[in-house]
Amino acid sequence: MPQSTAAEVPLIALDGVGKWYGAYHALKNISLRVRKGEKIVLCGPSGSGKSTLIRCINHLEDIQEGKITVEGTTLTDSGHAIDAVRREVGMVFQSFNLFPHKTIMENCTLAPMRVKGLSKPESEEIARKYLARVRILDQADKYPAQLSGGQQQRAAIARALCMEPKAMLFDEPTSALDPEMVKEVLDTMIGLARDGMTMICVTHEMGFARQVADRVVFMASGEVIEEGPPETFFQAPRHERTRAFLGEILAHH
Amino acid sequence: MASIGPNELFFLAQGLKWTLALTLIGFVGGGIFGLIVALARTAESAALRRVTTGYIAVFQGTPLLMQLFVVYYGVALIGLNIDAWLAVAIAFTLHASAFLGEIWRGGIQAVPKGQTEAAKALGLHYVSTMKDVVLPQAFKISLPATIGFLVQLIKGTSLAAIVGFVELSRAGQIVSNQTFRPLTVFAIVGLAYFLICWPLSLWGARTERRLQTATR
Repeated sequence: MPQSTAAEVPLIALDGVGKWYGAYHALKNISLRVRKGEKIVLCGPSGSGKSTLIRCINHLEDIQEGKITVEGTTLTDSGHAIDAVRREVGMVFQSFNLFPHKTIMENCTLAPMRVKGLSKPESEEIARKYLARVRILDQADKYPAQLSGGQQQRAAIARALCMEPKAMLFDEPTSALDPEMVKEVLDTMIGLARDGMTMICVTHEMGFARQVADRVVFMASGEVIEEGPPETFFQAPRHERTRAFLGEILAHH
Repeated sequence: MASIGPNELFFLAQGLKWTLALTLIGFVGGGIFGLIVALARTAESAALRRVTTGYIAVFQGTPLLMQLFVVYYGVALIGLNIDAWLAVAIAFTLHASAFLGEIWRGGIQAVPKGQTEAAKALGLHYVSTMKDVVLPQAFKISLPATIGFLVQLIKGTSLAAIVGFVELSRAGQIVSNQTFRPLTVFAIVGLAYFLICWPLSLWGARTERRLQTATR
């Protein structure tokens, strides 16, 4: 574990973040610091704001209060800051969101070509590297609909990696998958974690949290209720709501 | 009774030429401005959306015949001396862009929101998001309605006769009056329209099938 970097400036920092949807207070005074190489698992009941939170980090949602800084860039409404942040942060969605009219290879090369201005051969070389890493290089010329759910999600991970981001956001990456495909996606994520990627994962996979997370953050009703390393989080949760949540979720696993 | 000879057929062919020219104007002008209308209709700016909504409401809510009149005589009224041909071209472009704009607006909005989000998360800008991700999918969704409208537009060009254009229908009427053979003449005219519209419908159906299998 890269503990030596602990004293450095965090890669992602949230300070007193607040968000409203009209009158609904979705995020309440959230502060979170993520060091380079750190793996955070965000969990909590549905509607607790965990997905909203990570969607704020790459400005898919805007915030009304507080401040979000990624790699020294503070997110504002300026297109420049948003571009800079999105360049550093990759995202994987629950429903994959692959582009259905493009092959897996084209899905992977689009952003490197359009955003970074790389040539086609250059971006294809990068794509082959990451498609091999998620073990679907042999599917590169197929369209997303020809792949299984697990393969599609791994393709989506490869697509995000092709931008060579410093951090990855995972928004319930296995929730839309058939049970037999969850493992292949989790294994891919574990591999990524081993290679030192900074990750924030919204997930209900507590086995994954135990194995990979440096910290588990529990949210409910738009607030961070408690956070800690997985050992203490699972063995000795301090809050009643955490205990209730863990009781429910672990009963199913 | 006069018979339908080479002269009459040549006259009809002249009419057909104008019909094709008007159709081309409607397709190209309507396509370009329709795309702008569709993008403005789905823009983030509320003002842009409101203006284009009004534009579409006006052109969908009034007959094409009236639009031709208004542009043809209206342009003259404000003191601009333009060719009748240009006036009709403007009217067809306005008409087609309102309808195509609304059809494509529907297509754009039918593309799942996750597609735009994935494009944004990858750092793509508006132009690339639209050109590479949203519009190809929106085009596929709107293809049947688009072809349907274009076929209507081809037949709608006959209305240009009202401002003095001798296009295919008007040419047919003239020939019919001279030869007293309305059935034969209008059978020929009808066949000409059919031979323009039918391949377009076929092409639409084939493209639709091709796009469908590509993503399946």
